[in-house]
Amino acid sequence: MKNKKIKLMQGNEACVEGALAAGMKFFAGYPITPSTEIAEISSLRLPRIGGKFIQMEDEIAGMAAVIGGSLAGLKSMTATSGPGFSLKQENLGYAVLAEVPCVVVNVQRGGPSTGLPTMPAQGDIMQAKWGTHGDHPVIALSPSSVRETFDLTVKAFNYAEKYRMPVILLTDEVIGHMREKIEIPDPDEIEIIDRLKPEKGLDEYKPYEIKEGQVAPEMAAYGEGYRFHVTGLIHDETGFPSNDSKVAGDLVNRLMKKIDDNIDDLTLYEEYKLDDADIAVISYGITARSAKSAVDMARAEGLKVGLFRPMIIWPFPEKQIAQLGKRVKNIITAEMNLGQYVLEVERVANKYTNITKCGKANGELITPDEILAKIKEVQ
Amino acid sequence: MTNTLIENNFRTNRLPHIWCSGCGHGIIMRAITKAVDELGYNKDDVCVVSGIGCSSRAPGYMDFNTFHTLHGRALAYATGVKMAKPELKVIVVTGDGDCAAIGGNHLIHSARRNIDITTIVFNNNIYGMTGGQYSPTTPTGDKGTTAPFGNIDKNFDLCKLVQGAGATYVARSTAYHVNMITQQVKTGLENKGFSFIEAVSICPTYYGRKNKKGDAVSMMNYLKTNAVNVKAADKLPKEKIQGKFLIGEFYKSQEPEYTEEYQKIIDSFQKER
Ligand SMILES: Cc1ncc(C[n+]2csc(CCOP(=O)(O)OP(=O)(O)O)c2C)c(N)n1
Repeated sequence: MKNKKIKLMQGNEACVEGALAAGMKFFAGYPITPSTEIAEISSLRLPRIGGKFIQMEDEIAGMAAVIGGSLAGLKSMTATSGPGFSLKQENLGYAVLAEVPCVVVNVQRGGPSTGLPTMPAQGDIMQAKWGTHGDHPVIALSPSSVRETFDLTVKAFNYAEKYRMPVILLTDEVIGHMREKIEIPDPDEIEIIDRLKPEKGLDEYKPYEIKEGQVAPEMAAYGEGYRFHVTGLIHDETGFPSNDSKVAGDLVNRLMKKIDDNIDDLTLYEEYKLDDADIAVISYGITARSAKSAVDMARAEGLKVGLFRPMIIWPFPEKQIAQLGKRVKNIITAEMNLGQYVLEVERVANKYTNITKCGKANGELITPDEILAKIKEVQ
Repeated sequence: MTNTLIENNFRTNRLPHIWCSGCGHGIIMRAITKAVDELGYNKDDVCVVSGIGCSSRAPGYMDFNTFHTLHGRALAYATGVKMAKPELKVIVVTGDGDCAAIGGNHLIHSARRNIDITTIVFNNNIYGMTGGQYSPTTPTGDKGTTAPFGNIDKNFDLCKLVQGAGATYVARSTAYHVNMITQQVKTGLENKGFSFIEAVSICPTYYGRKNKKGDAVSMMNYLKTNAVNVKAADKLPKEKIQGKFLIGEFYKSQEPEYTEEYQKIIDSFQKER
């Protein structure tokens, strides 16, 4: 057996470790609590492996530089929190439309505005889904532990590369700052996906052409000999702008289909003690840990309760939640906001079951007792 | 008759361009391309980045690696490209609103870092693309669609701003002084550091019409008669330069370049091994 690398590590540190394991070579960002350690550790680690770090003048610039770095061929990431995530929204949309792989970490803190900089929240769930203007696909992941932060950061890069789009990792102040024992997997145990590249020396390279069986177009880098054009305007497969409504409709639909056609690949969740449950708690991120404890406490009292924990929160695991709705008498959503993910749960499962929300937005974690109280209330 | 500069450096299938007749932007675009051509750079090694605006449409016509980004953000995107691939010759094409209003922060910080990007601002003193609103370079008192009673803002001297922020090459020319643009862009591209060239453009459609500046020819004549070369300015009596503007090279120096400095950090770890 190989020597396993066991470490005591903070979530933010695990995020950088995961990013490096996935092949991150460029980080651009702007400091903001509680995400700052991700920038700090990246600045320390990247030059040692020939990668690059830059602290930009603001979060807008951080996001822009990451898109530029990715188009020049490097796997790129930025990290931020609340106010900075708001600033990144316009550029996020650019990465979606121009199909530029990158990872955006949002270590959530209390909002709105400057809010509660040092306290956790899950208030950016809908912002992650809808934040940038226009119809657009979104992939967002939410880890519940330090180890999972590592794993989901790797996955975030893989999805970004595979689907050629920005992927959002939504953690929070507690996941980011708490320290847990983690075992870093060996590089050969980690699946790494790289963007598809066009063959060298083609007569013609169309940067947005989809070939048979591909989920995203082949991506050349600047400086590799294909002098292609990238724009945030609606464009055809050559990459040049078009005002044609058919081109526009086809493009936006194609972007959405990246998700719709690959929903199984983009569904990741944990089911805990759900088999015989008549009450299901749906929770993600740090709150899912309280939810798990609440389930155990309820079980100890003989109540049939289980947990459904999405790790990929967007796209929404519609099929699974609908089935869950049919199986249980009650769903309780537990999230550190005043009701965001629950809106999707209601959309999908309202017709099958009762839905009750358990949430707050005061900078405090939701405790197992609070969730247990809700369980007893509906039971 | 075929024009080899155009044939060799433009995406001729994308032409004609979208600019109004009489606009100065096309002249500046051609002058930039001529500079690249004369330097003999491999087109594959040139990346032209722009923001949003009339001027920012230029890269779409130019046969290089081209990147049309967001309003104001060209320099931030270009910084990412340059960091990732320092061997690329990175050019930013921008407008006065693009680089001095919404993108002002990126402009001063790119200059401060002295990152090796050559920036050419097509300064038409107005927001062209959105139809003639005043910009940070609209002269005080002039009109725009959002300054119907005359602009009370003080206008920027972009060259002074960028020089103050740390650029290592700063120059100005105009759409009339075409060869000067080419010369300055060449010097800028050969300068290892942040180079800034203000190319004064004309917008007869909006700025000209709003401010009764006459047609494109009279606006060109204005550039011709009101531009004073900085080399001559010192020797001229004050009244001769009153109300005129300076063109030419304002500043040139050698300072550590950002991506080279970063490479030194990387190399220091290479040696450690
Ligand atoms: C975030 C954002 N704000 C506003 C606009 C609208 N807009 C497009 S171009 C432009 C101004 C362009 O003026 P300038 O940069 O001077 O370039 P010109 O068109 O004159 O060449 C504005 C305000 C935009 N596209 N994005």
